Amino acid sequence: MSRSPVNIRIPATLESLHPLIEFVTSCAQRRGMSQARIREIELVMEELLVNIFNYAYPDQPGDVEIACRPDDAGNLMVEIADEGVPFNILTQKDPDRELGIEARNIGGLGIYLVKRLIRDIRYRREGNRNILTLTVDPATQMNS
Amino acid sequence: MEIVTKKEGSSAVVSVTGRIDAITAPEFEKGLTALMAGGDYTLVLNFTHLEYISSAGLRSILSTAKQLKAKGGKMLFFGLQGPVKDVFKISGFGSIFTIFETEEEALRQV
Repeated sequence: MSRSPVNIRIPATLESLHPLIEFVTSCAQRRGMSQARIREIELVMEELLVNIFNYAYPDQPGDVEIACRPDDAGNLMVEIADEGVPFNILTQKDPDRELGIEARNIGGLGIYLVKRLIRDIRYRREGNRNILTLTVDPATQMNS
Repeated sequence: MEIVTKKEGSSAVVSVTGRIDAITAPEFEKGLTALMAGGDYTLVLNFTHLEYISSAGLRSILSTAKQLKAKGGKMLFFGLQGPVKDVFKISGFGSIFTIFETEEEALRQV
């Protein structure tokens, strides 16, 4: 399999959600990942992308760029970049999952799900770009 | 996503087929809000044929549940499958909501 990265760059809008998710799930498929893990990756991508669509470009439209490449350990490296306002999801506080219906806040759940499904997530700000790098290992994290 | 609703006594049983994601969640929430506006305060959600839910769907559920609670109503769930069940569990929704295996069990608790 080729080690060279494959990438996609399209506008950061909700219409781009499915094309971007499919781009990443087809990378995972080529790595031979299980259907169950691919479903988790789908969820991870939706949460991260919707976050970018909603918050990265408050004033003017912009793009999202995703690149996938396999590493030597059997993982899929997924890099998600935008040129929006600086935002590090890793500093966001986890929601309190013990609270009842009235006290429970509406936000924060998406990023929490991402952190539960991907063990290695890195954030860096490079020039005007937010870059998230996910090391997606093939093992499923949810199991009911 | 497809939503089908039927009445069972004083409850509305809402069956959702397909996916509740960032694109379909507004329509899902609108459906629940319309039921509330029509006087249905006990919503029994049938997720037997729900394949996928993201935090956008969880937010719709939580926001509806808060409004129901304020009116003395409630939301119950049954039939959760694999990935949907897992997302409920991880997010803590499994403990703030009552979840049943079958429709009969859910309706018995209403």
